[in-house]
Amino acid sequence: MTSLLLATTEAAGHAVHTLPPMDFGRLMFYLFILVLAGFLGFEVIGRVSPTLHTPLMSATNAISGISLVGSLVAASGQYSLTSSILGMIAVCAATINVVGGFMITDRMLKMFRKKDQGGRK
Amino acid sequence: MSTDINIVISEWSYLAAAVLFVLGLRALSSPTTARRGMFLAETGMALAVVGTLLYTHVLTWIYIAVGAAVGSVIGALMAIFMPMTAMPQRIALSHSFGALAAVLVGCFKYLEYGGAGLGRLRMTALGFEVMFGALTVTGSLMAFGKLQGIVRGAPITYRGQNIFNIALFFSAVGLFLYLLVDPNNAAVFYTMMAAGFVVGILIVMPIGGADMPVVISLLNSYAGLAAAATGIAIDNKVLIIAGSLDGTSGFFLSILMSRAMNRSFANVLFGAVGAAPAESDQQTETRTVIRYTPEDAKLVLENAASVIIIPGYGMAVAQAQHIVHEMTNLLVARGATVRYAIHPVAGRMPGHMNVLLAEANVPYEQLFEMDHINDDFQNTDVVVVVGANDVTNPAARHKKSSPLFGMPILNADQARHVIVLKRSMGAGFAGEDNELFYNPKTMMVLGDAKQTLTHIVQHLKK
Repeated sequence: MTSLLLATTEAAGHAVHTLPPMDFGRLMFYLFILVLAGFLGFEVIGRVSPTLHTPLMSATNAISGISLVGSLVAASGQYSLTSSILGMIAVCAATINVVGGFMITDRMLKMFRKKDQGGRK
Repeated sequence: MSTDINIVISEWSYLAAAVLFVLGLRALSSPTTARRGMFLAETGMALAVVGTLLYTHVLTWIYIAVGAAVGSVIGALMAIFMPMTAMPQRIALSHSFGALAAVLVGCFKYLEYGGAGLGRLRMTALGFEVMFGALTVTGSLMAFGKLQGIVRGAPITYRGQNIFNIALFFSAVGLFLYLLVDPNNAAVFYTMMAAGFVVGILIVMPIGGADMPVVISLLNSYAGLAAAATGIAIDNKVLIIAGSLDGTSGFFLSILMSRAMNRSFANVLFGAVGAAPAESDQQTETRTVIRYTPEDAKLVLENAASVIIIPGYGMAVAQAQHIVHEMTNLLVARGATVRYAIHPVAGRMPGHMNVLLAEANVPYEQLFEMDHINDDFQNTDVVVVVGANDVTNPAARHKKSSPLFGMPILNADQARHVIVLKRSMGAGFAGEDNELFYNPKTMMVLGDAKQTLTHIVQHLKK
């Protein structure tokens, strides 16, 4: 487990500019996460009310804007100028999704109301 | 080796974020809990960002600050001012941004570490990320262009298109496989990325407007998968989880959409060639429709005890959702029960009609899915079709030669009266004449749906 934690450290750029070796075990560990999260996703999303399918799309989009996390590392200024600029654009694109995605999801969800609930904002 | 306290904090923040994302999505199962759920997801996002910044060794804040500031402003402006009718475009655009971030992070990794530093296994994830990301960036931009009307919405086709597209796609895959053998070859890496960009454009170009629900859902899925691959390439578990959730959500919706059209993914992606023009020689038998006026429609409506409204893309185009709601209120005031029947592929994306009607203050209890309302049409006095076409065509049930055959449709033809509001007598997207229009009990009221409904409302008020 320590080695897995270390992987994250170095990937996040703790001054060390070499990556931990991606061995078979680590790749499989990530694939397990990927596949199990996928099954969980199917279960959860299968229960989403069809009336909310558009907000669902914008919500999952906002959530996958979590790639912001990777963009932040690239834009942290410890790498080359090219990387920093790539990182800056990536931060911009991801932030559009995170900020815009959550705001517009909320704007949509606010509109869904029951009868006699007109006053709710 | 003791673990840095910042790593401990950030790893826990990631775990919390993952849990909050799942809880947030689960809350979307009902409109009553949805907003609270999104608040949880937003909290998760904030935690993950703070966690990352805690243990990232930031030398200069300028790039992060500029990127985040510009992104926030653009995102907020789009969220505040984008009209609800433009929602499909905005969703397409956001897939493009998400994938762009993934591609750029992939480039950054390759640039800094090179093929040798990455190693073969990591290169697999990175190559997948960059290729699918690139394809999604341009594919989504193309979908955006079509929905916004910048690019011609009709299928753009030419001879040998499918063979060319498939060949190009497989060359991109070939380059990807070559990279696994020779990861240091930067030229191959960037050529693969370029091929991905081109494939994205070409694959969406031949797809027509009515197939957009499937395409948008598929692109949603690709954007998620690219994000998940990024997570693997940069050792970030919360990114893997979020990407996977996004990917499966898109995949789930794609399946739902293509099932509602009775078509396979392959058919949607590669089937546009010649599908529309092939059916145009059908009008040889001259069938006549009787045109009615809004006043005729009002006479039928005012005596109805039960009404079902079927909205379609035409309602979105005519911006008629508000006036539909006004008519509904008048009918309800007269004692009629009014419900809306929503076909899964009505409009240009999953849930399109629901959002528009919600904007017009239609309570969501009045909206019914196809499966829940289809048996009630036979006991209904009047069906009002507002700008929908193919989803009501009875040919889907019996006419084996029709491109619509087998598609589940709304049983509008079983109601006692049918009023169809339509701009012109043109065939639907599938190119198939709608038999419903020639049914003796159908009243065709041609013209702009919004104007027609305004007239009906005026007459009802008298």
